Amino acid sequence: MNNMDVVLVIAVMATVTILLRFLPFILFDHGEQLPKWISYLGRVLPPAIMSMLLVYCVRNINLLKGNHGFPELICIAVAMLMHYWKRNTLASIGVSTLLYMVLIQSGM
Amino acid sequence: MKRIIKQVFPQTLPVMAGYLSLGIAFGLLLQSIGYGPVWAFLMSLFIYAGSAQFLAVELLASGATLTHVALLTFLLNFRHLFYGLSMIEKYRGTGIRKIYLIFGLTDETYALLTGYQTPEGLSDQSYYFTVTLLNQLYWIAGCVMGSVAGRMIPFDTTGIDFAMTALFAVLVVEQWKTHPNHLPAITGFAITVAALYLFGADHFLIPALIVMSVVLLCLKSAVDREKIDE
Repeated sequence: MNNMDVVLVIAVMATVTILLRFLPFILFDHGEQLPKWISYLGRVLPPAIMSMLLVYCVRNINLLKGNHGFPELICIAVAMLMHYWKRNTLASIGVSTLLYMVLIQSGM
Repeated sequence: MKRIIKQVFPQTLPVMAGYLSLGIAFGLLLQSIGYGPVWAFLMSLFIYAGSAQFLAVELLASGATLTHVALLTFLLNFRHLFYGLSMIEKYRGTGIRKIYLIFGLTDETYALLTGYQTPEGLSDQSYYFTVTLLNQLYWIAGCVMGSVAGRMIPFDTTGIDFAMTALFAVLVVEQWKTHPNHLPAITGFAITVAALYLFGADHFLIPALIVMSVVLLCLKSAVDREKIDE
């Protein structure tokens, strides 16, 4: 591929991504009150999507083979329990990430 | 300015850990097929979507057609269509910065801005803008560093990208605590797991998003009866 081809690939990817990010605003953001169902979805989607993104992060673990996804599942549980208990974001994330690095690097 | 950074920076630390390590991985990969730091910079500046950039490496290496590039990017980033729905009301009154706020609405920026409240004493618009900008700066820094010096990192960073998984785990708990109604979180989780099982790891996000939106719309009266906050 020459430079022009690469620039085109980048331009196409950027354009499609930008369109997807702007589309809801182009469609619904006209200054007046939002349609009720849009504003409702806007309120309830974040907790649903947060669960979705968490599942997305571990989509490639295999529960039946290898380490059975133990490092991921244990460390997610640690992060969630710590956060439920103390609600200190940096501690929950810091401790669970360090634990994960130790587990993974020790060959679990 | 200093105060803004001081209040917002700690919130973005997990994204920094995640974006730097993923960005470095991306930079290394891009370097390995012969494209250096300038390309890493341009891609992180203009595309600014992690999974799409990893896909770009494959597509550049295999010489895919532009139609193919457009279609795959659309499928991969389809989820962003749903993020804007939660931000339409939040982003009103942000003026010209709104263009950048929408441009920079990645998974992680969306997660932070819907998961946390604006810190005391900050205006919504400077909070949104600072989070969005810091996150993109981490990403650009990671991508460029990876392509310049990824091989020179002196310690073993394997697993550090788990910080991003931990961030989502923490934000699930955060949402659980702030929303008195847990139906949306449970619905989202159950449908995503079912979709992952049915469609497999590469194709489950789009069906999951569509089905969870439809189901949540059907549950509207049940959810509204218990009144979520705001």
